[in-house]
Amino acid sequence: MTSMDQEKGHIVEPAVLARVWGALVCLTIGLVSASLASPKLAVLAMLVITPAKAWLVFHYFMHLKYEGPLLKGMVLVALLTLVIFISMMFLDLGFR
Amino acid sequence: MSYLDRQGEGGLYSWVTSTDHKRIGLLYLTVMTVLFWVAVALGIVMRLKHLSGGDFLISARAYNALFTVHGVIMVFMFVIPGLPAVFGNFFLPILIGAKDVSFPRLNLLSWWLFLTGACLAVLSLFTGSGAPDTGWTFYVPFSIRTGTNVSLAVFAAFVLGLSSILTGLNFITTIHRMRCEGMTWHRMPLFAWAIYSTGWIQVLATPIIGITLLLVILERAFGIGVFDPAKGGDPLLYQHLFWIYSHPAVYIMIVPAMGAVTEIIPTFARRCIFGYKAIAYSSLAIAALGSVVWAHHMFTSGMADLANIIFSLLTFLVAIPSAIKVFNWTATLYKGSVDMQPSMLYALTFVFLFSIGGLSGVMQGALGLNVHLHDTYWIVGHFHYVMFGGTGFAFFAALLYWFPKMFGKQYDPKPAYAAWALMFLGFNMLYGSFMALGYMGMPRRYFAHLPQFHSLHIAATVGSWALVAGLAVFYANLLIALRRGKPAEADPWGGKTLEWTLPSPPPPENFDKLPVVTEAPYHYNPKAPA
Repeated sequence: MTSMDQEKGHIVEPAVLARVWGALVCLTIGLVSASLASPKLAVLAMLVITPAKAWLVFHYFMHLKYEGPLLKGMVLVALLTLVIFISMMFLDLGFR
Repeated sequence: MSYLDRQGEGGLYSWVTSTDHKRIGLLYLTVMTVLFWVAVALGIVMRLKHLSGGDFLISARAYNALFTVHGVIMVFMFVIPGLPAVFGNFFLPILIGAKDVSFPRLNLLSWWLFLTGACLAVLSLFTGSGAPDTGWTFYVPFSIRTGTNVSLAVFAAFVLGLSSILTGLNFITTIHRMRCEGMTWHRMPLFAWAIYSTGWIQVLATPIIGITLLLVILERAFGIGVFDPAKGGDPLLYQHLFWIYSHPAVYIMIVPAMGAVTEIIPTFARRCIFGYKAIAYSSLAIAALGSVVWAHHMFTSGMADLANIIFSLLTFLVAIPSAIKVFNWTATLYKGSVDMQPSMLYALTFVFLFSIGGLSGVMQGALGLNVHLHDTYWIVGHFHYVMFGGTGFAFFAALLYWFPKMFGKQYDPKPAYAAWALMFLGFNMLYGSFMALGYMGMPRRYFAHLPQFHSLHIAATVGSWALVAGLAVFYANLLIALRRGKPAEADPWGGKTLEWTLPSPPPPENFDKLPVVTEAPYHYNPKAPA
């Protein structure tokens, strides 16, 4: 049985948060630069850089890194659902 | 002291600021009942119009507005939130031995968002350049081109969706974190399992409709071109995104209804539920499979053949977990000491009507037949059998079952039986006629009808009068019971789940001392394993 009093507190070092923020800024600059360079590169950059940014936000700012397997599993379910929905839409979009 | 008469907390302000899950459940019940009757009134006007095949009573434009607002209110404000918001809020914490939900303030915020969304939807009728006329589906490109007040109605649906997400999140967290000692997953009442499955659909699917509806507003306001074919957009993309939510929403409606029925049947059959685990996991299976069948609403839209075939196959599969429940309910009744109290009668009516609605849904999953039936009155009949015959009757069954616990008053069963007779007769006359009309080729949402459809339209309208008379008797009986009903016992039905261990109505924080659960629910048979 889970309960609130079994939770372990944690404090993320400000330096870690600052490094993550710096990484997000760099990735954003990379994304904008790629978008300006060429449309094809823009799509590639969005597919690669945007999930990387989301991963950083999930892990550090939303504290997923410090959560137990249950919560991580729930986030995974949400991501898998999204993948399934998008994939199944391509059954139509890809073969219309 | 009960939650209804907390000292110094009886005024309206104390109710609308209360974080007590039971009071919030009653707030939802009150608002939904009012909205339900508004939508019923709109439906009646539509039926009266069809007493004539041509111009009669209202204009064609008003007719379009009526079916749109009737659908928006019934779907987004009564049927989808109905059982989870009212009975989920009231009973989930009690059923799992908790004092409240995990986030009581968020729960109150959900209700305020619900109320805001409801007000916006009603406001959309009377403001701007005319009531929305798109139908509750807001299909593009019409919804982005019509000059009526679609943006406000769409935004109302967006706010209602936000309320639904927060409620689902609250329920999932509550079930994971707040179960009392001994309340293992497999000792949890099946209504709680149903609410858990529903919560996942609410959290995973609702954001998609939220974003989609915002895109419609942006399309209307700025012409961004995502859905507008004139700008290179894809109107079928809207249909995909809309139904990715709105088909699972059918299961947000029906799964808690099944959960409530699963509580009622063993109580009045005096038998341990047959196939506890099968019923519990079939709720999850419905939630999962029901989320991947959305495109069966689009078979005639011009979608790719491959998608048509795959979604047709998946649609057939979703019947399996639903059938598991029906077979298990039937097996529970077998050799039981059935006590046909009103709530049991309504619950069994749910099984009957939902079976018609569900099986007609499987028929529509067949590609060839779907072409014939799509956008006809058959579809309208089918989804009313599911939504009203299913969720509606289960809602009434749950209300009759838990009414003594919620209000501490007992109602007179005779008017409840009379109401059932009127509703059952009226319902089948109304929606059975719809299915026959659709099979004959009567298109849905048409203002006028041809002479060959007239007799069945008359039958449907007469049925609607009987249905509304039944509803009036049903609600009048409960209102009378609220004022003059005899005090209810703690366990008037001989139920075995935790709510029946509490006084009627329950105290503010449910349990003075949190219970310790040592056996499975529905423990009617002494020899059954705990």
